[in-house]
Amino acid sequence: MKPKLWSWLVFLIGFAYFALPLIGTLEFSLRKRRGEYSLDAYAWVFEDPQFRETFGYSVVMALLTIVFGMLLVVPTAYWVRLKYPRLRPLFEFITLLPLVIPPIVIVFGYIRLYNTSSFLPMTGTTFGTNMLLMFGYVTLSLPYMYRAVDTGLRTIDVRTLTEAAQSLGAGWVTIIGRIILPNVLIAVMSGAFVTFAIVIGEFVLAALLNRPAFGPYMQLIGANRAYEPAALAVIAFAITWFCIGLMQLASRMTPQSRAKRS
Amino acid sequence: MTVSPDTPAKQARRTGLPLGWLGLLPFALFALLFLILPTMNIVVGAFQTPDGSLTFQNIANLFQPSILSAYWISIRISFATALLGCVIGFGIAAAVTLGNLPAGLRGPVMTFSGVASNFAGVPLSFAFIATLGRLGLVTVLLREWFGINLYSLGFNLLSFWGLTLVYLFFQIPLMVLIVTPALDGLRREWREASDILGATGAQYWRMVALPILTPTLLGTFALLFANSFGAVATAYALTGSSLSIVPIVLFAQIRGDVLQDPHLGYALAFGMIVVTGIANGLYVWLRAKTERWTV
Repeated sequence: MKPKLWSWLVFLIGFAYFALPLIGTLEFSLRKRRGEYSLDAYAWVFEDPQFRETFGYSVVMALLTIVFGMLLVVPTAYWVRLKYPRLRPLFEFITLLPLVIPPIVIVFGYIRLYNTSSFLPMTGTTFGTNMLLMFGYVTLSLPYMYRAVDTGLRTIDVRTLTEAAQSLGAGWVTIIGRIILPNVLIAVMSGAFVTFAIVIGEFVLAALLNRPAFGPYMQLIGANRAYEPAALAVIAFAITWFCIGLMQLASRMTPQSRAKRS
Repeated sequence: MTVSPDTPAKQARRTGLPLGWLGLLPFALFALLFLILPTMNIVVGAFQTPDGSLTFQNIANLFQPSILSAYWISIRISFATALLGCVIGFGIAAAVTLGNLPAGLRGPVMTFSGVASNFAGVPLSFAFIATLGRLGLVTVLLREWFGINLYSLGFNLLSFWGLTLVYLFFQIPLMVLIVTPALDGLRREWREASDILGATGAQYWRMVALPILTPTLLGTFALLFANSFGAVATAYALTGSSLSIVPIVLFAQIRGDVLQDPHLGYALAFGMIVVTGIANGLYVWLRAKTERWTV
């Protein structure tokens, strides 16, 4: 059948709406030098020590979030599947809550609950605040992480693998670390890339907990510079594109989607 | 299950079992400390006076003109972006799945939707300032090529419609991601059966396809609504504190910029939970109703 006219029309309008801001941003980011295109805005950004510090800070935060999230979610999702399958809906509900409760409300709760005069004064020290921010990011990433891992677990026979390992004398740490994790690693990766994309540009948590992350830095540059924000937007978009691309690659490699496509 | 005397197998299994709940403890503790308790703290705080006794005054204080108007503009923006996001996203998804576009387009559209739905926040606002701001590409080109001055026509990026236009950049792709599988779920046989029975295209959509899709569409609408209602970073980077939508007011309140009464902050946040909670509850409920159609 020939393509229908309306479908081309809709597609082209959509294309224009999504392409123009990207082209506009790219063009704007090259305009710093008067009268000609140049990479001056990018040079300024990359030479700014604050860029390097905040970007590095956010990258480390993202990696810690992924590692901690993995340590938290993989054993839990495995344990729920193995021992408490009836509790699965409850865990799905809890892990979806961060989509229901706006992040600004969650961090507001953190500030009230963990202030210097509370039972757990995490905001009292820099280390504590960093930990709190990381836990906040783990919370934000739960909906993606838990779902990715749970989907991965669905494709393997958890019970048989566990019993086989147990009969060979493996303990729980060995089972989770050497049997389960390698089997769901690709699923974990797909959750990890989304987490990375979320954490790297996150603004609200970092701003309200007063940590020097990339998101607040971008906001600061946006309020004070002309062309550099556009360069930052291009960089941020490239990172997002890279992460989501890797995520889709990872999820395409999971056995479950392979079976579906064949 | 009945309680029977211990068989050997049962005894063997039991060695690991009595402490089974310990495996769930780390996660339960984490969820309690960093999700449930902080939220409860806000909810309880909304009904407390500064010295800790029960009151409804904080909630009542929400009903002052400046805060009501913040909620109202937030709800309107969320409604507009959710509605337009649904309609346009549906159009794009329909064009890709049912419009016989080249098959090669579908993959890139889905990948791009995945990227764009995650491209919210501070950089998104920069992208629109660089495009439709006073010196943005589109603004300049329209002026130089066609003599159209957007800003003298009353357009402003830092306004209701400006913000709506920006939010659509992540709302539309989210709709495309959710609704494309639903459109794939419409079976060819249904269309053929209605054609054989003499239905027109419009009748097929009105009487067959849309009723099946309605729960998905309404559910996605609720999700998009909550998605835009809770968004802070995009609006803050775009407008600073000049546009009074609820998340911005709350952000300023937490930072200690405005408002004198800290417990009003709790009430503001509580109001946000109520609004997004209703929207998402609707989503979950409608989602459960659609499940039986997506075979």
